[in-house]
Amino acid sequence: MTWEAVIGLEIHVQLNTQTKMFCGCRVTFGEPPNTHVCPVCLGHPGVLPVTNERAVEYATRIALALNCRIAERTIFHRKNYFYPDLPKAYQISQYDLPLGLGGFLDIELDDGSSTRVGITRVHMEEDAGKLIHAGGVSGRIEGADYSLVDFNRGGTPLVEIVSEPDIKTPEQARVFLTQLRSLVQQLGVSDVNMEEGSLRCDANVSVRRAGEGLGTKTELKNMNSFRFVHRGLQAEIDRQIRTLEAGGRIVQETIHFDPGTGMVSSLRSKEEAHDYRYFPEPDLTPIELDGAYVERVREELPELPAARKERLVGEYRLPNRDAGILAANKPLGDYFEAVAAVTGDPRSSANWVLGDLSAYLNAEGIEVEASKVGSQALAGLLRLVSEGTLSGKMAKEVFEEMTTTGRSAGDIVQERGLGQISDTTELEAIVARIVAASPGPAEEFRQGRDRVLGFFVGQVMKETRGQANPQMVNDLLRKHLASPDG
Amino acid sequence: MVAGTSGGAGTIDVTRLSAHQCRDLLSAGEISAGELTGAYLERIEAVEDQVRAYLLVDRQGASAAAAAVDAKPLDERLPWEGVPIGLKDIFCVKGMETTCGSRILKGYIPPYDATIIAKLRSAGLIFLGKLNMDEFAMGSSTENSAYQITRNPWDLARVPGGSSGGSAACVAAAEAPWALGTDTGGSIRQPASLCGVVGLKPTYGAVSRYGLVAFASSLDQIGPLTRDVKDAAVLLDIIAGRDPRDSTSTGLTEPAGIPNRMGLDGVRFGVIREFVGEACTPGVREVFSAAVDAISAVGGICEEVSLPSVERGIAAYYLIAPSEASSNLARFDGVRYGHRTTGAEDLYEMYTRTRNEGFGREVKRRIMVGTYALSAGYYDAYYAQAQRTRTLIIQDFATAFERFDYLISPTSPTVAFRIGERIADPLAMYLSDLCTIPVNLAALPAISIPGGFSAGMPVGLQIIGPHFSERGLLDAAHAVEQRLRVNVVPPMGLDKEVG
Repeated sequence: MTWEAVIGLEIHVQLNTQTKMFCGCRVTFGEPPNTHVCPVCLGHPGVLPVTNERAVEYATRIALALNCRIAERTIFHRKNYFYPDLPKAYQISQYDLPLGLGGFLDIELDDGSSTRVGITRVHMEEDAGKLIHAGGVSGRIEGADYSLVDFNRGGTPLVEIVSEPDIKTPEQARVFLTQLRSLVQQLGVSDVNMEEGSLRCDANVSVRRAGEGLGTKTELKNMNSFRFVHRGLQAEIDRQIRTLEAGGRIVQETIHFDPGTGMVSSLRSKEEAHDYRYFPEPDLTPIELDGAYVERVREELPELPAARKERLVGEYRLPNRDAGILAANKPLGDYFEAVAAVTGDPRSSANWVLGDLSAYLNAEGIEVEASKVGSQALAGLLRLVSEGTLSGKMAKEVFEEMTTTGRSAGDIVQERGLGQISDTTELEAIVARIVAASPGPAEEFRQGRDRVLGFFVGQVMKETRGQANPQMVNDLLRKHLASPDG
Repeated sequence: MVAGTSGGAGTIDVTRLSAHQCRDLLSAGEISAGELTGAYLERIEAVEDQVRAYLLVDRQGASAAAAAVDAKPLDERLPWEGVPIGLKDIFCVKGMETTCGSRILKGYIPPYDATIIAKLRSAGLIFLGKLNMDEFAMGSSTENSAYQITRNPWDLARVPGGSSGGSAACVAAAEAPWALGTDTGGSIRQPASLCGVVGLKPTYGAVSRYGLVAFASSLDQIGPLTRDVKDAAVLLDIIAGRDPRDSTSTGLTEPAGIPNRMGLDGVRFGVIREFVGEACTPGVREVFSAAVDAISAVGGICEEVSLPSVERGIAAYYLIAPSEASSNLARFDGVRYGHRTTGAEDLYEMYTRTRNEGFGREVKRRIMVGTYALSAGYYDAYYAQAQRTRTLIIQDFATAFERFDYLISPTSPTVAFRIGERIADPLAMYLSDLCTIPVNLAALPAISIPGGFSAGMPVGLQIIGPHFSERGLLDAAHAVEQRLRVNVVPPMGLDKEVG
């Protein structure tokens, strides 16, 4: 019997609103510590929260894009726990009446198939501050002499997205997260940057033998890149399988992924058995989201991946699979449409974007926004191909150079003298010279030995270092061989 | 100038005047703001040793503010500019120590003004200082203050009530013309009743809570303690209003205005049966029944009404309020401000020692009750059940207001008790708020006005109105006040000290 994993993700998305969730401080990143704070987000005595309406709208966008039901009446709860980065000692969050419930996201897997991941809930909350552990060697809390708190991040609006345990492999988790990220990016509500923490992912993982009931799950934390999500999940799944196969038992606990070692370790502590004592936040009134509001937000949503995929198939006649990949990755889709608009050839544009360009991006481990070859540059290259200036083979070489130097295709072709010779006069002179220089084979051709043409083509190509336009060479040779003086 | 500040014969002792009388003298130019504030500072100097109402007297700040008022021509002053006021030490005043009666906030200087403080400032009122209170407003005698025992000006051996005991005592002892307090379960009305002054708890939401150090967020409301009903209306209009910083604030539907009603023809008063019988001492019952007679004498129609659910008010309150408090008071962790223990080995020890050293017994008791009531497995049986009870109380009041314009009861079942008498018995102390707590649970406005005396101690009459009925409620209270004409002149014992 083989093992299978059951994975559910909890994703935190930091909203890119101007101001914080419950006060007027600016949402910032990388500013000097405690420069964007006020009595409210510092939890001074007597302060009260006021809900950021834009944050509610952004959260509604996310919930709608994930096909959730939007609650007509949603309320905030207090989640009580002590920690120095949580100034009020409670987080204003949502509990049993969240903003969005019961949605899904269809994800496109790399093999061209697609699968549906259920979305349990989408809710709003505020972020905590950041602890800086000083005096130790590791920068971690163990061994630190003291800790400092930076409250700039405290109170930043967050949306938490909880998936159903519909994910079966680390790769599916990575794809889900990538496509969720792309979706949120398209909504324009977050920077969704894992390195900067505006996108964070925790996972609930368990394993079971195929066909059996659910195993005990652990909560996996600290996977702060797409790669680490994959590696962390794989490491935890392997650990669980090893444990079970050795006759051990999985304990419900929090597991920490260490990107340095690629290992997972238990985070046993007495804070484990949290009772958050949730109760309705008495300082805030319920939020009523009537049908008209929800419809307005829905109408203002940008084109979402499912709709875009349909359009790419209809408008550009792209194969389902290509359309799916381009629709799932908003910047890549935009890039493709920009190339196709210039070239007027969606098929070859898509082939290049999903072929050479994607291979280059993957090899570099970068997103399309960071590509050294912009959409207009790629379109320029494709134009040289369609005009016959470059052969497909040469174009690949030129593209490679473009990715390293960032220069335009035209410049590279000109500098290296790579353009196909399509100039009739120039080619005709060469052809005439070569035909005249080989009267024997020319005579053979006129006798009807067509195969001799290949000899002449080879001669021309040799002469032009392969840059002659093959079709033109053929045509000119036939003309000159037919009449030696022509 | 007639501004005698010594209270001697032949001059007016301005400290015996109501705030609007002070205002009249100021605007007529018969007294300067400096003289008025000076008179109060002198009075504080004279009697504070015995009353101990103030935790902080801002002599310099008050004098400077008064001088600034005097520098303005009379016709450029705002109506209430230059009138002094006392503040319960629960309001954040920028730059002025705010302790909430707790050791854990010793030395805490707020970096901001509460909304009501900003309103008082822009109205030109002068802050005399911060008034004693039960720690975090938890108590009914002000004995739970971490700093001092405040005494009832009518009998220095007795408590002033609480939690706004400092506010009530200072008005009764003429240490301020008026003061602000807060009322979570009776903390304005009960001390007002015990000290023989007027205390108004507005409809929940009428006044912004921003900058009021929270005890129980869904119950807390700020209100005036004054010498008469007119002043209560004036002060309410100064502090009320919707505040964008408080999502639960709505303001009043109409200003209270200046109450002037004299008769109560056809006004229907429901006498709450559950609050008048066995629950009260005979002395309180006697004064209350005389007050009912007085209402009838000016045309009011008084009939008994039963609100069965209100008897469960105390039980519901002592689950809801501690639950909210356990969360509201969690921020006092020693990390950012206030008391922090020294020499803690780790974070957990810092938290527990800081809070153990910083909080008093009653606060700890309520934090523990609230923490328990919100815990997984107990939430439904306690917190959720208390909220259902609260709904029943709201419904009982709504039903009663279909038949009656106002509801009346004694404010407190007893007169002021002796210092130390109930401090060891929390349940006896909790009963002090029997008649006031259901009003907070139902978010209604209610006023306590002096109803008379029992064995020399003041007895308050509580009048409760429907939501946002402040204008009518104050008008009705004015009519009763004018009929009863209870003496609110500070007690003789203190006058002797002033000499």
